[in-house]
Amino acid sequence: MNKIRFAQAAGLPACALFGLAAMPAQAQDSLNALVWCDHTDASLIEPFEEAHGVTVNLREYEGTGAAFAMLEQSRPGDWDVLVIDTIDVPRAVEAGLLAALPDDELPTDDFFPEVVMASSNSVDGTTYAVTEKFGYNTISYNADRVDPADLDDLLAIWSGESGSRIAIYDYYLPVIGLVAAGLGLDTQALTAEDLPAIREELFKMKAASRSVGEVVASQTALATGEADIIVGGGEWLTAVLAEEQPELTWTIPEQGAVRWSQSIAVLEESQNRDLAVEFVKYIVSPEGQAALATSSCFWGMPANQRAGEVLSDEQKQVLRWDEQDDYLSRTQLYPAPDAQLDGQMQDLWLEMLQH
Amino acid sequence: MAISTTLRGWGFVTPALLWTLAFFVAPFAIMLAMSLATLEGRELIWGFDLANYRRLFGQSFLAGAIVVSLQITLTVTLVSILLAYPLAWIIAFRVPPRWQRLVLLLAILPFWTSYVVRSYSWLLVLSREGIVNKALMSLGVIAEPLQMASTRFATVTGFVHFFVMLLTLTIFANLVQLSPNYRRAATDLGASGWQAFRHVILPLTLPGIMVGAFLTFVLCIGDYITPQILGGNNELTVPQVIMVQLGRRGDFPLAAALSIVLMGLVSLAYLASARWLRLDRV
Repeated sequence: MNKIRFAQAAGLPACALFGLAAMPAQAQDSLNALVWCDHTDASLIEPFEEAHGVTVNLREYEGTGAAFAMLEQSRPGDWDVLVIDTIDVPRAVEAGLLAALPDDELPTDDFFPEVVMASSNSVDGTTYAVTEKFGYNTISYNADRVDPADLDDLLAIWSGESGSRIAIYDYYLPVIGLVAAGLGLDTQALTAEDLPAIREELFKMKAASRSVGEVVASQTALATGEADIIVGGGEWLTAVLAEEQPELTWTIPEQGAVRWSQSIAVLEESQNRDLAVEFVKYIVSPEGQAALATSSCFWGMPANQRAGEVLSDEQKQVLRWDEQDDYLSRTQLYPAPDAQLDGQMQDLWLEMLQH
Repeated sequence: MAISTTLRGWGFVTPALLWTLAFFVAPFAIMLAMSLATLEGRELIWGFDLANYRRLFGQSFLAGAIVVSLQITLTVTLVSILLAYPLAWIIAFRVPPRWQRLVLLLAILPFWTSYVVRSYSWLLVLSREGIVNKALMSLGVIAEPLQMASTRFATVTGFVHFFVMLLTLTIFANLVQLSPNYRRAATDLGASGWQAFRHVILPLTLPGIMVGAFLTFVLCIGDYITPQILGGNNELTVPQVIMVQLGRRGDFPLAAALSIVLMGLVSLAYLASARWLRLDRV
């Protein structure tokens, strides 16, 4: 058996198997970014395009594994910018995917201190990514149908006693992290030994729930009354609906919840590195941060506190701007498993879905 | 003369042969090779390792996806046949010939709508606030809305809606080719209407049923969208598990092994129905 880099070995077969992925156009007057859906909002991208006279080509992806696979199947230089879970930045650096960023040009001094996350965004003293947005995977609910007091104890929510209709957000890391928080575990120190207890709670949660769905499905379930509670939800799920359905809200139980954060980085093989760095600087500027925080796909807290100067009072109220100190102190980070534990967690998640 | 005939024959065959090689044989061979490789971290290790297949059949949630896929597919195929046959019969023998064209047009109208839109439409129809629950509650049949969305029932309903017309068309094509003399002859020989249908008409229309059933089986077992939207992720089918391996893990070897199993199931379905799958008999 011979070992070959996945990038070289899997690229051709993968393209043959699944059809050539839409390869981005490469030009000096365009920027190609692999992003989450919140970056596809025109109000975020157009100001940058107009200011620099360029086109930003965006491609959405789901999950870090998918992003790595897409990068490995692409030609060198196809992509300039990557948005990624902050906790996955070290994996991307280890894979040689990210370029160093000029940290002296990034406004991290204005950030909420807890979300700078230098230990994830920097490796060996070099900054490779910068946090751009954060929020909480916790409990979303319909306040007209659920008493908030019933949501104080995380484990009681899916005990089956409340009679509420529960749905689960379909992403393994935050929900496993939430269960771990409910069990009193440190989400950053999870090991394989913790999985049996987490498994038991996941199975109870599945038994008590109606469905397991991604962002849009979860929003739809809550908005249409199919579910009263979304385990793993948060402001990113309800904020966009706040105007029409203010009864849809969220809470952090007594045991806490998990905090998600996403970072933005420039790819090592980018052929438009200067422009890519400018894009990163725009995204973490107060204007970029305000637009990203209130993106039509999902809302979330901007990492840069100076975005507060741009956001309206109503927007800050929906984001619960003034309560962040309390939330930040009561929440833990996503689990950051190594490859082996990550595989075990994904298998556990599939087992739960099939249960 | 013989050589030029042979060359001309190859000339006709070669494009099709190259097409098949490029778009079926080569991708299949790559997929097979990929299914025998393994992933260590982000490193792909080529070889002849059956680990993916052992994992597939050794882990209950992966093997369970195969069982779920087969259960849903067989249910959909059976229900679709039971609904499509009478419909095809009515169109073929009860609808006046001058209206048949219009009725067939109406039958294929659902195909003009996006597959995703139709799935989401069913989600709304079957939801707690949907028309079905509202109708049942207003009639006093139920006191509380039924949980229909995000269930296997919803998945099967969506699939049946999609495939019943496909089956209707293949069975209709078969029925209209049958000479009325078969029924007359059977009746003249003393057969009742039911006996004529059971012993004469049904066997003669089996090719149409089987072609439609095979197409339904293939399209249903390989579908990702409908179980994803209507099933509510409460149980996973093989295509959903494949998408998880590709979309979240980037585990191409395991996804390839699952795809090979899927192809194996389709091949078995073909072999089981090959006797009737001669399209010229339809």
